[in-house]
Amino acid sequence: MNIPREKLMELYLKMAQTRRFEETAARLFTEGKVHGTAHFCIGEEATGVGVCSALTPEDLIAQTHRGHNQAIGKGMDIKRMMAEFLGKETGYCHGRGGCMHIADSSVGSLGANGIVGGGIPIAVGAAFAQRYREQDAITVCFFGDGAANEGAFHEALNLASVWKLPVLFVCVNNYYAMSTHLSLHMNIEDIAVRAKSYGMRGLSMDGNDVVAVYQATLEAKEYVRREGPMLLVLNTYRIMGHSKSDPQTYRTKEEVESWKKRDPLLLFRKRLLESGDFEAPELDALDARAVRDVADAVDFAESSPEPKVEEALRDVLA
Amino acid sequence: MREITYADAIREALSEEMRRDDSIFFMGEDIGVYGGAFGVSKGMLAEFGPKRVRDTPISETAIVGCGVGAAMAGLRPVVEIMFSDFVTVAMDQIVNQAAKARFQFGGQFSVPLVIRTPSGSGTGAAEQHSQSLEAWFVHTPGIKVVTPSTPADAKGLLKSAIRDPNPVLFLEQKLLYRTKGEVPEEDYVVPFGQAAVRREGRDVSVITYGRMVARCLEAAQAAAAEGIEAEVLDLRTLAPLDRSAIIRSAKKCGRVLIVHEACQTGGVGGEIAATIADSEAFFWLDAPIKRLCGADTPIPYNRHLEDSIVPQVAGIADAMRSLVRREASWQPR
Repeated sequence: MNIPREKLMELYLKMAQTRRFEETAARLFTEGKVHGTAHFCIGEEATGVGVCSALTPEDLIAQTHRGHNQAIGKGMDIKRMMAEFLGKETGYCHGRGGCMHIADSSVGSLGANGIVGGGIPIAVGAAFAQRYREQDAITVCFFGDGAANEGAFHEALNLASVWKLPVLFVCVNNYYAMSTHLSLHMNIEDIAVRAKSYGMRGLSMDGNDVVAVYQATLEAKEYVRREGPMLLVLNTYRIMGHSKSDPQTYRTKEEVESWKKRDPLLLFRKRLLESGDFEAPELDALDARAVRDVADAVDFAESSPEPKVEEALRDVLA
Repeated sequence: MREITYADAIREALSEEMRRDDSIFFMGEDIGVYGGAFGVSKGMLAEFGPKRVRDTPISETAIVGCGVGAAMAGLRPVVEIMFSDFVTVAMDQIVNQAAKARFQFGGQFSVPLVIRTPSGSGTGAAEQHSQSLEAWFVHTPGIKVVTPSTPADAKGLLKSAIRDPNPVLFLEQKLLYRTKGEVPEEDYVVPFGQAAVRREGRDVSVITYGRMVARCLEAAQAAAAEGIEAEVLDLRTLAPLDRSAIIRSAKKCGRVLIVHEACQTGGVGGEIAATIADSEAFFWLDAPIKRLCGADTPIPYNRHLEDSIVPQVAGIADAMRSLVRREASWQPR
C-alpha cells in the first residue's frame, strides 16, 4: 500500500472513532438525552477520514451537516464534539451550533453548514485568502450529491476555476438528496463530468476504500496547488436515515443490506489483515480505544455545564 | 474645505483604507476596467492592480460567499453588488452565512466583510433596480446596516465599516452619487450608532436617513418660512440604531414625523415609532406619531408614477404642517 504503518493506524482509529461516536450519539437520542438533531455518516466514514488525513493542519476544510468523519479526520477533539452535540458550554460552539454547525478554527475547520451547498462559495473565499497570502495550503470543500444541484455549486466552481484557486471540491455522493435518488435529481450518472463545464479536472471513485481516498487526496492536493481547482467525487452510501426522523420509505432493505457488505470499516480491516502487516489484536486494540475515547467524551459532555442563559446574546456581534 | 461628490468620497475612503491595510481587497461585477456601474471605483484597478481589485463573473452568491470565506480566513473583503436589488440572489450567503458565522461557531470566527451596494429609486430603473431593502437586514441579527446621507458621512462611515469586525451592509443612495459636499481630506471615521441632528428645531422631530435627509431639510426650510421649526435627525446607521437620539428628539419636540423611501409596511419606520412609543418619550407626545414612507408597491418605471409613491419635498413639508397645526389636509397613507 506504500503508506506508513502509523498513517494506516490513524485511518483505522479515526474511522472507528467516527462510527463509535455516531452509534453512541444515536443511543443518546433514544435515551432522550438530546435536544436537537444530528445527521449520521455511518457508511461514509472513509470519505471524510481518508481526505482529511491527507491534509496538513494549515489546510482548511468546509464541512457538511453530515461531517463527523470530516471533523474527526481533521483532528477535532471528540470530547468537545460530544459536548457540542449535547449543547454544553464546553462544546466547540459553546452549545450555540450543535453538530450541524460544528467548527474548530484551531485545526483548520471553517465549520459545518446547515444550508446544502452553503459552504461551497465560502471554501472558495478561503482558498482565495490562501492564494492572496501566497500560502502553500489548500482548502477542501465537502458537499453532497444534493448540493451539486444548488446554484451556489455552479457559481463557486466557476469562480474558483476562473481564478485558479487552490480548492479541492469533494462531492460525497451517497446517491440520495435526503430521500430523492440521484437518478431522480440529475440526468447524469457520474457527477464528475460537471467539472468539464468549468474547465476543471474531475475524478470519480469508490468512496468506501479509505486507502484509495487517502492516496487520491494526496495526489489531488499537489494538482490543486499547482494547477487550480479539481472536483473529486467519492461514491458511497448513507446506511442510516437522513436524520433522526427519517422513515426510509424511499429505498429497499435489500439495497441497504448490499451496501452494508461494503462497509468501509470492514473493508479496511480485511485489507489490513490480508496485507500481513497487522494482526487482529492490534486492530481490536484500536477499536477498544475508540470505544474508550467516546465513553470519555460522553462523561466529559454529560458532566459539563449548560451555557448560561444570561449569555444568550453573546457573539451576535463582535 | 474642498467639496467632492458622494461617489468620490466612497472611492477616497476605500482607496485610503486599501493603502493602509493590504488585507483589504475589492471585488464585484465590472468594478475594474469599467470602474463600477456608477463609476465609484474608477481608476482603482490602475492603482491597486488586478490582485486587489477583481472583476467577478455575474455570480452574486459566489461574490458574497467568497467574501465570507476570505473574511473567515483573515482578509478584509469589500464586495460590490451592482444594485441592492441583487442581494436577493445572495441572500443565503448574507443572512445564513455572514450574519450567523460568529454566533453559530461560538465566537471562533469574525466576518469583517463589507457589502457596498446602491439602493433606492428615482432613476427610472423600475421594479428590479430601485428598491430600498434595508428593513430585511435590520431584522437580521449579526449584520450592521449603514445608510450615509452626505459625502462626508459616506467617507467616514465606509472607513468605520471596513475597520469593523462584523459584516456590514453599506447602502449607498444612488441618487446621491453626484451630489457634492465638504469632505475632510484627512483620515477620519464616523462611528456607527450615532445619529446626527442635521437641523435643530422645537416643533416637530423629523426622523429619517439616507436620501430622504436632504429632502427633509429642504422641507424644513419651507416650513420655517411659516414659523414651523422642524428638527431633522439623520440616523446614519439603522443597525445599530441610535435609540437614545430618537427618544431625545421626540421628547424635545413632542411631535414626530418619520420619513423613509422604503415601503411603509414592515419598514424601519415602524421600529422607530415603537422605540418612541415604548419609551418615556410617549408622555411628551402632543400628537400621534406619523410616518411618511414609500407606498406598499413595487417601484414603477414612469417618472410621475415613481415620484408619486416616494416622499417628495412638498409632501414632507405638508406632513410637518399637518402634524404641527393638526390640519386635516394631510392623510397618512
